Amino acid sequence: MGGAVELVVNGEKHQVKADPQTTLLEVLRDEIGLTGTKYGCGESQCGACTVLLGNEHVHACVTLVEEAVGKPVTTIEGLEQDGNLHPLQQAFLDEDAMQCAYCVPGMIMSAYALLRRIPHPTDEDILQHMHGNICRCGGYPRMVNAIKRAAGGKP
Amino acid sequence: MTTRQVTLSRRSLLKALGGGVIVFATTPDVIAKAWAQRGQNIPQVISAWVHVGADGQVTVFTGKAEVGQNARTSLTQGVAEELRVPVKDVRVTMADTDLVPYDMGTFGSRTTPTMLPQVRRAAASAREALIDLAADLWQIDRAKLVAVDGRIVGPKQTARYGELVKDKFLDKAIDESIALTAHKDWKVLGKPLHKVDGREFVTGRHKYASDIALPGMVHAKILRPPSYHAKLVTLDTKEVEALGGVRVVHDGDFVAVAAPTVREAEAALIKIRAEWTESSQPSNKELFALLKTSEPQTTLPAGQHRGRYTCEYIAHVPLEPRAAVANWSDGKLTVYTGSQRPFGVKSELVEALGLPESKVRVIVPDTGSGYGGKHTGEAAVEAARVSFKLGVPVKLVWSRTEEFTWAYFRPAGVVEVQSSVDDQGKLQSWIFDNYNSGGAGIGMPYDVNDPHTEFHEVESPLRQGSYRALAATFNNFARETHLDEVACALGMDTLQFRLHNLTNSRIQGVLTTAAQKFGWAPMEGGRGHGQGIACGIEKNSVVATAVEVFVNNGELTIIRVVTAFECGSIVNPEQLQNQVVGSLIMGLGGALWEEVLFADGKIKNAHLSRYRVPRFTDIPKIDCVLIDNANPSAGAGETPIIAIAPALGNAIFHATGKRLRDLPFKLS
Ligand code: FES
Ligand code: FES
Repeated sequence: MGGAVELVVNGEKHQVKADPQTTLLEVLRDEIGLTGTKYGCGESQCGACTVLLGNEHVHACVTLVEEAVGKPVTTIEGLEQDGNLHPLQQAFLDEDAMQCAYCVPGMIMSAYALLRRIPHPTDEDILQHMHGNICRCGGYPRMVNAIKRAAGGKP
Repeated sequence: MTTRQVTLSRRSLLKALGGGVIVFATTPDVIAKAWAQRGQNIPQVISAWVHVGADGQVTVFTGKAEVGQNARTSLTQGVAEELRVPVKDVRVTMADTDLVPYDMGTFGSRTTPTMLPQVRRAAASAREALIDLAADLWQIDRAKLVAVDGRIVGPKQTARYGELVKDKFLDKAIDESIALTAHKDWKVLGKPLHKVDGREFVTGRHKYASDIALPGMVHAKILRPPSYHAKLVTLDTKEVEALGGVRVVHDGDFVAVAAPTVREAEAALIKIRAEWTESSQPSNKELFALLKTSEPQTTLPAGQHRGRYTCEYIAHVPLEPRAAVANWSDGKLTVYTGSQRPFGVKSELVEALGLPESKVRVIVPDTGSGYGGKHTGEAAVEAARVSFKLGVPVKLVWSRTEEFTWAYFRPAGVVEVQSSVDDQGKLQSWIFDNYNSGGAGIGMPYDVNDPHTEFHEVESPLRQGSYRALAATFNNFARETHLDEVACALGMDTLQFRLHNLTNSRIQGVLTTAAQKFGWAPMEGGRGHGQGIACGIEKNSVVATAVEVFVNNGELTIIRVVTAFECGSIVNPEQLQNQVVGSLIMGLGGALWEEVLFADGKIKNAHLSRYRVPRFTDIPKIDCVLIDNANPSAGAGETPIIAIAPALGNAIFHATGKRLRDLPFKLS
């Protein structure tokens, strides 16, 4: 195993012992204990593990820890501020955009990256951007509504 | 609250809860008898209980599991309604085998029609007990008292539930004849309510089984055979055992490694040398010939309508794969796992490890879905075997590939239909033979004399099991496709043909509702543009779906979908809509893409990159009409899946003239 590396996750510094070749997903979940980021496929297909690296959304299951060094990582746990939900989190609640909700953290993180880039996305922007996130419960229409609601448009 | 066995007397249970009022709901007689026959008794007849504590907190205990159907939310509504308390005062404790009464499992859409009324009756009985307490306290006629907003209110007095039950130890049996709040008077039921603990999920705080970590925990990986039924011949783990921190558990064909981290466990697994003997096994190519082992016993003369329909195996793909954290400590095994059958998993553990029932506890945190795919406890048993050997907590999360390979599938099947109609377009005969896929939804809902339907059980080459709506999806597909073929042969509009042969008013209801909303009118198909409709009944709920498509060079565009659904009185319109639309979308996958490819005991597409499920960009415009009435509520998590595939296939035929009889559809 390699030496320690420093990660900045949700504004906090973490010294992680992991080999730099370890996936960011494993380190976030098992070493730092941030389990809001989920495993769903391990091959960049489902989006359950979506986090932000800087402003880019990435699949943590195929991102190595070394790629995250020096870039701020944002996970679902970093969205709530002083007990206030992020508008996307609130919108997912308000739109009942969840069933088992296992996909929801990844969905919200993908949408978060979208809204940072395009504050008022069209339906097509949303569909294209969210294509990499699977909701096996089939909650897609409500998720589109939630994203629109969070963007300030009518759902 | 401390951990207690449900086998404790009711009295001591109440003590453990710190007093208050408790009402036990009992399992309906039929189920209790079935269990008694299996030699299980007393605790099994209690199906749930409702407790009102001195702090005013209302707690429901049930063996049902939350797998995304939002039963936690609907049960909360039922209790809040009957006990006249705010929703926030109700907690639902689910699926912890040490805390909740026995339950067969969360499947077959049973929670809403069976558990919800029981829990409501228990809550209503508790309300009446509280009124009695107040009447006693105030020495006043109970008829003068009402329960409202967590209080009993009299002409001059008022008391919170918590005050009334303080220092009381009241154990009440459910009043089975108690009147439930009438549909027209519902204030909480029948109304939208967000997922009760939704905030936990949108913040990522909720701990699924795969998120649980215990001090000193190690991560396990299992050595899988290279193909089904392979036998282990030689095993060499020397290289692994030389690695620091890695331990091997070997017991017969079961070989596992455990290490402080997942990557170490994975690295160790690769270093194991094992030889297996493998056997040759069938593939998709031979599948349907293998399944159709006999000829239908009844046959119609030639010249009647005939059709043969097939469906491939499909996978559930719950987004949370099987996962478990097992902890063998102080002579007791505790296992956290995602499952639809907590007590079923408990039995598997008892058997696998030879432990007494009292030494095994299964806790099912709200789970990352199941769709009928999580009835079994493979990961729980595997993690437990490792923990049992090593004496430390062990976590095992199946990879997606393991989930695709070592779980079970929705059965593949063949259906053969023979039918005839008279010159009035009335069905005269109906012979329907299903091979392997199952008997659910096989009954003929249309009017026809003496229909013959038969399910032929045959040996399945792959491991198969339950699935959302079971075989109803495929049976309904075959039936609704066949009827479309007959209508086309008669030159009748397919909707008219259905209504002409139906007296079931509920199916008529959804069919006409969907058709109206869709703006169904007989239309000339062809040139790539078409419409299709299908309906069905299953588990006491009914659905009809209409679809408009455009097909260009084998490329399908679903222009829009309208679905109408009715399951009695609506418990929560938003969550119901979620279930109906979600089922429909899942059904699109089974109609268009999903199939398990296999050969020689191996799954050839055990990856999400090779097994396509519906995604954002696949979803058409969907209009969902929910029909409400005052009838008892049936479950809704399954039936809405059964009409989309035939509606879509019928629309594609209408558009292109190409009849699709095999699931998933191959358009080109
Ligand atoms: S787990 Fe990373 S994309 Fe699926
Ligand atoms: S809500 Fe279950 S996977 Fe999306």
